Amino acid sequence: MQSILAVDDSASMRQMVSFTLKGAGYHVIEACDGQEAYEKAMTQSVDLVLADQNMPRMDGVTLVKNLRGLPAYTSTPILILTTESSVEMKSKGREAGATGWLVKPFDPTKLLEVIRKVIR
Amino acid sequence: MGEITNLGLEQDGIDLSQFYAVFFEEARENLANMEAMLVDIDVAQPTEEELNAIFRVAHSIKGGAATFGFSDVAALTHELETLLDRLRRHELSLKRPMVDLLLEAGDVVKAQLARYQGGGDESPETGPLIERIRALAAGADTAQGASAGPRCLDIRIGPLKDDSAAAGLVELFRDIPSLGSIEALDDRQPSAEGIRRFKVTTDSPDSELLELFSFHIAREQVRIEAFDPAAARRSGGEGDGYGFFVDPGTLPAAVAEKELAASAQSEAARRSDARSRNAPAGALESSTLRVSVEKVDQLINLVGELVITQAMLSQQAKDLDAVQFSSLLSGVGDLERSSRHLQETVMSIRMIPMSFVFNRFPRMIRDLESKLGKQIELKLVGEATELDKGLIEKIIDPLTHLVRNSADHGIETPAKRLAAGKTPHGTITLSAAHQGGSILIEVRDDGQGLRRERIAEKARERGFPMREDMSDAEVWALIWEPGFSTADQVSEVSGRGVGMDVVRKNIAALNGTVELDAAEGYGTRITVRLPLTLAIMDGMSIGVGGETYILPLASVVESFQVQPGMVHTVGATGRVVKVRDEFMPVIALDEVFGVPRPEGRGPAEIMMIVEAEGKRVAALVDDLLGQHQVVVKNLETNYRRVSDISGATILGDGRVALIIDTANLVRRARH
Repeated sequence: MQSILAVDDSASMRQMVSFTLKGAGYHVIEACDGQEAYEKAMTQSVDLVLADQNMPRMDGVTLVKNLRGLPAYTSTPILILTTESSVEMKSKGREAGATGWLVKPFDPTKLLEVIRKVIR
Repeated sequence: MGEITNLGLEQDGIDLSQFYAVFFEEARENLANMEAMLVDIDVAQPTEEELNAIFRVAHSIKGGAATFGFSDVAALTHELETLLDRLRRHELSLKRPMVDLLLEAGDVVKAQLARYQGGGDESPETGPLIERIRALAAGADTAQGASAGPRCLDIRIGPLKDDSAAAGLVELFRDIPSLGSIEALDDRQPSAEGIRRFKVTTDSPDSELLELFSFHIAREQVRIEAFDPAAARRSGGEGDGYGFFVDPGTLPAAVAEKELAASAQSEAARRSDARSRNAPAGALESSTLRVSVEKVDQLINLVGELVITQAMLSQQAKDLDAVQFSSLLSGVGDLERSSRHLQETVMSIRMIPMSFVFNRFPRMIRDLESKLGKQIELKLVGEATELDKGLIEKIIDPLTHLVRNSADHGIETPAKRLAAGKTPHGTITLSAAHQGGSILIEVRDDGQGLRRERIAEKARERGFPMREDMSDAEVWALIWEPGFSTADQVSEVSGRGVGMDVVRKNIAALNGTVELDAAEGYGTRITVRLPLTLAIMDGMSIGVGGETYILPLASVVESFQVQPGMVHTVGATGRVVKVRDEFMPVIALDEVFGVPRPEGRGPAEIMMIVEAEGKRVAALVDDLLGQHQVVVKNLETNYRRVSDISGATILGDGRVALIIDTANLVRRARH
């Protein structure tokens, strides 16, 4: 079973993402901000990271930068979820080393569609 | 996709409504946090952290609302997000009207959410509010527009055969720095139709731009529009709502496919390895759990039954031979300890910190300050003190009333305070602390206090019996009488000043008491004492005839043996007793409850002084059986309402004992 690290400070978004992914047969690790995600990523094996951009303590782009600094995460797909202007966020995400981006709001179908493009 | 869309209730066979409860709860918490931060914020010097945190609230609610299909909430929070985004980027500076508007908008979002939760009335009208938010968000723009500041433009060129024209435009801005700045709105790639998009910030008029652009591209190939961040998000080629920065062929999905055949075995090994490393993940994941209150109450009820059964067992076991049944007795002892521990733990689930109540006051005080033209500082003490959820919800209204009274009638205007040699700003202190099995909540202000003469005068006007030698406490107690009001003027904030009697009644209904103390010119202190929970009560069991009743311990003042000549007869049937210079009515509980007196038993000989709502009566009982905690059972839901009885409990021997409604008893005796 593949593990997806779902990072969002909103409990309802986490719940929705987690429910959708578990329903599709993925193992889901939840984190409520970048800091917690980083700590969990260091101790657990993760196949894909879904990170919200705007979070307390550590935002999505910083999380991507930090994760890319870990040997285990040099090629792990990391998607940034955002409602912010894609122009600015996208260039920041790209520089940080994110694999791609997904605009909020998205629905469960879209989420799975994107994820299936990234991991199998 | 960046715009707000209503996704409807079902997506991919997943019913999104199952996430609503969490979303509502989360939005409620978020709004409460935002409100607290806005009330606290220093308008002149907001910190980065505060601005970001407030932005995140709007951002988070918008994200959830858009996902779960609450489009009006998403639309309003989107406007808030835009304003807050400009604030945190320092494109706008925070002003008091913005804080006011943000607070107002927060209230509207609350109302919108309440309506989705089945409460509230019609959907609030948000049009004018959104206009005002937009006006504030555009504030800097319009100000700069007047002084011909830079404009932000969305410029499309094409269709293009190659990228040279686009490169030319970028060069143009590099060569003429005064022209402004240009940045690509796409991935530096033309769209399928050969269109490139740029965001241009410039002081120059359109005509000048077109003139300069014509070196590289024909005028009819240039389209200039005002830049709209939302539109930028909807830009072509991104309609799917997602994208990759890397070649999709290099993504693990594609790579894995290629590798699959070659390394099926090592893959399997890696996966199982990953799984074993994942094993402790579950334990780490979630540290809290949301459970419905019903489930908790059911649990509390069951634990109550368990405690009663355990008490019955303990009582039966007492008579057993300690040597012969030593292991049984030690088991019963263990059971008692465990069930007590279990009960405490289960009760603690329902405990909520007082901050749940206190947190609404900073906002209220802020609103009152401007309404009353006063300066008030609110101090909160002991917010972490916990109280049963049911009690917390019921104490909100009485406390709100008391705090409002302090602000309205207690604290003086700055001018009056300065004249009295005080600081211009008054202080209201709200505190909570545990004291034994009770919680003590205090509302204190350093305002004008109460004027004894004025209260006495009002009391006389309203026909209350008054004596010259009344103590201060007795005079203050008049405040709690129905129909008593000293407010000189009817004010919008506290209404007619009535309601202190309602406050006391509501608190008494929670088995609580309330006291007032005041010093003229120095302030007023109101102390509310509540039990920690309504499910368990400290009671005193008393014998009346052959029956056992429970008196709430909180209402028992003292008890003593009746001495000959103590009780005086007044009129035909009334009896009174004088205790420490106070006359109080005497009531025989066997008569009240119609309990027959056992044969050969004389009149009841024990007198218990019972107090409720500040009044005392003397109750005649036969026996004092002991004090203990009782699990309160609602009589109304299990049987029907019985006057003078507030509930029932099950005694250690399995018999049912009724709990006396002392407030009612006192009222009936003194009416």
